Amino acid sequence: MARFLLLRTVQALLVLLVMSFVIYGLIGLMPGDPIDLMMASNPGMTPEAAARLRAIYGLDQPLLLRYARWLWDALRGDLGFSRVHARPVLQVLLPALWQTCKLMLGGFTIAVLLSMLLGVLAALRPGDWIDGAISTVALAGVSVPVFWLALVLILVFAVNLHALPASGVGDGTWADTFWHMVLPVTTLALSIIGQFVRYVRAAMVDALRMDHVRTARAKGAGEGRIVLIHALRPALIPVVTVMALSFGGLFGGALITETMFAQPGMGKMIYDAILGNDYNLALSGLLFATLVTLLSNLAADLAYGWLDPRISVG
Amino acid sequence: MNVQLPITRPSAVEAPQSPWRLRLRRFRRHRTGMAALALLLLIVLFCLAAWPVQWWLGVDTTTTDLLARFDPPSAAHPLGTDDAGRDELVRLMVGGQISLLVGLIATAFGALLGTAIGVAAGYFGGRLDAVLMRFTDGMIALPLLPLLIVLGALDLTKLGFSPEFARSGAAGFWRVVVIISIVDWTGVARIVRAATLAIREADYIRAARVSGARAGYAILTHVLPNVASPLIVALTLTVGRVILFESVLSFLGFGIVPPTPSWGNMLNNAQELVTTAPMLAVLPGLLIFLSVIAVNLLGDGLRHAFDPRGE
Repeated sequence: MARFLLLRTVQALLVLLVMSFVIYGLIGLMPGDPIDLMMASNPGMTPEAAARLRAIYGLDQPLLLRYARWLWDALRGDLGFSRVHARPVLQVLLPALWQTCKLMLGGFTIAVLLSMLLGVLAALRPGDWIDGAISTVALAGVSVPVFWLALVLILVFAVNLHALPASGVGDGTWADTFWHMVLPVTTLALSIIGQFVRYVRAAMVDALRMDHVRTARAKGAGEGRIVLIHALRPALIPVVTVMALSFGGLFGGALITETMFAQPGMGKMIYDAILGNDYNLALSGLLFATLVTLLSNLAADLAYGWLDPRISVG
Repeated sequence: MNVQLPITRPSAVEAPQSPWRLRLRRFRRHRTGMAALALLLLIVLFCLAAWPVQWWLGVDTTTTDLLARFDPPSAAHPLGTDDAGRDELVRLMVGGQISLLVGLIATAFGALLGTAIGVAAGYFGGRLDAVLMRFTDGMIALPLLPLLIVLGALDLTKLGFSPEFARSGAAGFWRVVVIISIVDWTGVARIVRAATLAIREADYIRAARVSGARAGYAILTHVLPNVASPLIVALTLTVGRVILFESVLSFLGFGIVPPTPSWGNMLNNAQELVTTAPMLAVLPGLLIFLSVIAVNLLGDGLRHAFDPRGE
């Protein structure tokens, strides 16, 4: 077990290291140049001053050297300075992370609970009208473009009904914060619930056909006990794994929701950083998103071994 | 000579059927699959109608008319005009051509890449398999959407392309196709590898190898046909995902670049449209939604036809 964990951690760190180099290289290929931007905002800048700035920021060095310097600083906890926010990257990143955590916690929890309920309901009698209705909704959930879903929600609840705020985080009071989170959290939940319902339904349909379920039924166990104890437990193994796996994807996907509802989270931060040529911030944000994805994959592996006694990891 | 011959009516004997004919028959009986196919054909016809409609109404996708912004539907503009006075109907049709084309071409490129990697890993095995699969695992561990945005934001002139090309509509189109296909091939690679592993040691493939067939020959004539059915199902579902990727990239401004319309970039300023002209914000998204639903249902139907045991 310990060996497996160590191996996977080393693997994840390796992927992170490779990605940090790839993203570092890619960011250098994005349009614009930080020195050009400084020159644009300062008409009195001379070419000599620009060259001096280039040297100060190390931009005249070759790519590998710049990367090595960045890596060395990053490993010591210095992620650099955000150009747009004029603050150290960590001071921008942490509040954004907190905002995303709040949204994700709400959206992910709602999606998990609701999809368990709907998935099990649909699997009880495959093919009947309840299954048909739930499966149709799930298919719609998988097929809808998230940004358009957000638009429609804004159109209905903010523009037409004036019931909910369409953007921002509110004035800081608990009630206002809550109301401002309703639409983004709903969008996040809806964006994954279709996928989850399909997995839960498929896993439950399989589980209800297992031999031990038939045995339990033959011995006269109640239907509730059969579904909740005998079938749901084996069905949870693939479901939990898939849910953990999709957590990382949802973290990256939150970018759309946050942008649509002007939520100052990680996704919007990365998006704004890319638009604003804020290299350090974009780099750190992207690496953090990669880290979350890697961690959720690791969690999925561990959950799999932990839930299924037939599998021993290590 | 009084031997009674067994009586067989010719009609009672089933004609020998190829697996593809059987699959076609099973698909025809899958009602939602057929409905999805019909819906998809309708959408394609709608998009192709752009040419006759442009000729008939004398409108195009780029002519702006700032005196006719947000016009309601009329004889000249059946769905009205958008925020720059352009004909909404024709833009929806041409935008659909672009969106669907990106979906098909990027899926095809991704399929080529994924199949090549999957077959190589599955057929040759060993160290090559280990390296390729670690690479695939690494790709799967990446945050797709942020990565696509970075790739969409790259400055093509810094990659050695001429500024003229970098600004052209063609560059915008091929850039989206390329970045989606280099990111979205991992699922295909895994499926193809698994299918290849499953039949690699089948007797007829071993026989082919023993009688001197080269790896390339064995793969093309024996392995790929056997991989086809899971691959086709997976690719159908990929088309839906790619259409969604294209729409969100174009919506965020990193995909198909205006003035070329796509269903995604027609929603570029939808946040303002929601209050002024809600239909303009609803229609392109609705078409994306319908297309992806149809593609996904088609995938379900194909899965049913190809692998009835999977139900």
